[in-house]
Amino acid sequence: MLDRRNFLKSSMGAGAVAIAASCGILTPISVSAAWNKAAFEAKTMDVSGATASDAIKIKAPDIAENGAVVPVTISTTIADAESISIYTEKNGTPLTAVFNFGDMTEAYASTRIKMGKTSNVVAVVNAAGKQYKAHKEVKVTIGGCGG
Amino acid sequence: MAKNSIKIRAKLKGDVVTVKALIKHPMETGLRKNKKTGKMIPAHFIQNIMCENNGKSVMNAEWGASVSKNPYLSFKFKGSNKGDTFKLTWTDNTGKTESNEVKIK
Repeated sequence: MLDRRNFLKSSMGAGAVAIAASCGILTPISVSAAWNKAAFEAKTMDVSGATASDAIKIKAPDIAENGAVVPVTISTTIADAESISIYTEKNGTPLTAVFNFGDMTEAYASTRIKMGKTSNVVAVVNAAGKQYKAHKEVKVTIGGCGG
Repeated sequence: MAKNSIKIRAKLKGDVVTVKALIKHPMETGLRKNKKTGKMIPAHFIQNIMCENNGKSVMNAEWGASVSKNPYLSFKFKGSNKGDTFKLTWTDNTGKTESNEVKIK
């Protein structure tokens, strides 16, 4: 937990250097080494540091028939968005994906995720040292994790 | 293009490039069992995605195992021109890496 908190804090403040680095100064090899193992393997979700925002749009189905493939699109009008993280609240490991943006990138990301069961999909946007969040519930009829 | 696990489409409209990419990858979580042998299937998933436009990084993503099999990815960026080279590179948890390049249309 502590690691995770530290990670979130550092991505807001002092660790801005690390974010800048992952946005293009470092080579792909060193960036891949920066994959945040602690955050991705955490069993619980902690987004309490983020403020709820209407400026984040989550496009996802209300009911997903197949939890193995749930299309999710996140966009935001928050200025200077640096990254978008997608959490699936009730998955074994909630953190699904983090998109780090360069200065030319629009605050928009779309992908497909696996969901074990009905859960909130939470989007956290990092912008100018602050965190914003929004969520949307997706009902899953057939889970997508495990066989 | 030779056989490649990545399909990319990068299209310029106005001043915004929309990138859509499909990657062929099993994205195993490591929590699934092989029904025949009863053994766990080891985790095998993409951890990092790097996207570059003419060598300049525009987006990088870190993924966990709960991104779907054969992942789809889409995002948008500005400041590119027709004919620029767009490159996507992925690295998975076994250290395997692959990349593909397209010209922006």
